[in-house]
Amino acid sequence: MTLMVPAVNVADLKDTTLLNMGIFALFVAITMVIVVKASKNNKTAADYYAAGRSFTGSQNGTAIAGDYLSAASFLGITGAIAINGYDGFMYSIGFLVAWLVALLLVAELLRNTGKFTMADVLSFRLKQRPVRIAAAISTLVVCFFYLLAQMAGAGTLISLLLGISDWGGQALVIVVVGALMIMYVLIGGMKGTTWVQIIKAVLLIAGAAVMTLWVLAIFGFNLSALLGGAVETSGNPNLLNPGLQYGKTETSKIDFMSLALALVLGTAALPHVLMRFYTVPTAKEARKSVVWSIWLIGVFYLFTLVLGFGAAALVGADTIKAAPGGVNSAAPLLAFHLGGPLLLGFISAVAFATILAVVAGLTITAAASFAHDIYASVIAKGKADAATEVKVARRTVVVIGLLAIVGGIFANGQNVAFLVALAFAVAASANLPTIVYSLFWRKFTTQGAIWSMYGGLGSAIILIALSPVVSGAKTSMIPGANFAIFPLSNPGIVSIPLAFLLGWLGSVLDKKLEDTTKQAEMEVRSLTGVGAEKATDH
Amino acid sequence: MGHEAQETDATAAVDFKEVQSTPRFQELRKRHRSFVFPMAIAFLLWYFAYVLLADYAVDFMSTKVWGNINVGLIMGLLQFVTTFAITGWYVSYSNRKLDPIAAEIRHEIEGHEFDKHGNQITGVEK
Repeated sequence: MTLMVPAVNVADLKDTTLLNMGIFALFVAITMVIVVKASKNNKTAADYYAAGRSFTGSQNGTAIAGDYLSAASFLGITGAIAINGYDGFMYSIGFLVAWLVALLLVAELLRNTGKFTMADVLSFRLKQRPVRIAAAISTLVVCFFYLLAQMAGAGTLISLLLGISDWGGQALVIVVVGALMIMYVLIGGMKGTTWVQIIKAVLLIAGAAVMTLWVLAIFGFNLSALLGGAVETSGNPNLLNPGLQYGKTETSKIDFMSLALALVLGTAALPHVLMRFYTVPTAKEARKSVVWSIWLIGVFYLFTLVLGFGAAALVGADTIKAAPGGVNSAAPLLAFHLGGPLLLGFISAVAFATILAVVAGLTITAAASFAHDIYASVIAKGKADAATEVKVARRTVVVIGLLAIVGGIFANGQNVAFLVALAFAVAASANLPTIVYSLFWRKFTTQGAIWSMYGGLGSAIILIALSPVVSGAKTSMIPGANFAIFPLSNPGIVSIPLAFLLGWLGSVLDKKLEDTTKQAEMEVRSLTGVGAEKATDH
Repeated sequence: MGHEAQETDATAAVDFKEVQSTPRFQELRKRHRSFVFPMAIAFLLWYFAYVLLADYAVDFMSTKVWGNINVGLIMGLLQFVTTFAITGWYVSYSNRKLDPIAAEIRHEIEGHEFDKHGNQITGVEK
């Protein structure tokens, strides 16, 4: 076996800019045609928010994979493995195992009891107004953090993929991405968004598969040889052992546990993932969706293991770190090393498509939550008709899109993986306890839900604000200041148990009893699917 | 409010408390919970055992087993294997033990066997 010397010249990358843009423009053109075609049947709220509940389990499962495998997981995890070796791999395991929570405890029961949003389920048997408002607020906060991460990632990506390194040029690209996303969601609603996600998932997984086979072929389909190559190039035998990133201090070890907890419990509480379960006709199809997505996501993370160590062996950590885009550039640089400008162009276009698809999914979730939970149920007190509700949702899409563009421009350069991990931590703290309690615990009350949701949301955000992520370290958002009295960069290990505790305490101390008829209805409906929302016919 | 809108015609007259108290529904609930709870606890324990080992048993995880492949990598790949296995197991369990009984109860409710007393609804549903 001959080990290749790192041969990527970063300056060469600029020559491929036009090609990258061409491939990306082609993707936009093709998906736009499909979105316009798919939007022809968008008549009712169920069409706009839930794609008429007409997708099959396998289609929805592919879309979920497209929604979940964000730029942070593709570029971020490949880069993390290339630089930090084994510790990067542990990230992907948390992201995958988390799907069992969705499969076993959430997906089907949610599909049977809800209509459009997470709040539908949480407020089913509790007091409508306060619970719905709390659930909508946490939906908006989680979506916004996730959205910021994707938009910030877009800016970082550009620097590498299109060779645009000045701030103004990157801002322009963020504006273009945001404007495209607004168009997709306005025209296509959930149906258009879903198709963009399906196409993107197929392209991403196919691209990663080709690169994985290529890397394995170079090393004679011998995993041990690939790992040996990575160690040889990096000159660090510890690359294959745990601890390179998280094993430095006792604090960083606890920090990793906190992150692991947030990842494993956050997935099944992400509003944009939950909303996808309403796009299928039955709970059985919701189950099939999760099964499909677990296989696709699992196989994809196995690819990233090969790609990460492949990048470490063939490109080398020093070249990756020195490239514009830093750690995130491992996958594109590997593509360039393997297949030259054409493969780099393809992978770059896929990375753009990834951001576009994920951002579209987040936007429609946030818009649906605002229009359905806050506008229709609270402001209009249930008197708004479906057409008005959809109109409000469309306007919300524009507002959220603009906010995402502005936020993305200012968050440009922030650590993408951190913002995503933050969204997981907030989701796991604010949403998961209430989802689990309201589905499985008969004595859960409105007060418990309110305490748990606001307690989880508030504690997660306060702890983040007081963590080294925001101040007190060189890599902080505000490096000049120091008010980091909480040592961990992920709040999960404190805020998640706290939210579970508050949910229990609030319920036990609640003097008001909840309606047992509603509890019976929710339990029967969740397990049998009776009265569940049906697919709309066209 | 949105609440009322959720109730479709088919379920408006159903006495859900009666359904809930039937032995068959209790059986369905028991079968569901006796699978998902232990399974959820088991995979979470296995995942956190792995995280703790990676955090605090670095030497053990770094033990080479075959070539450059160490215990840590095998344990990590086993996490993938167990995730796929639990997924398959749950699907087959649902198909055999949950779906048939859930469908039966659903058909009975939709056939008005649990309607509240005094509610004479015939021919209202599609």
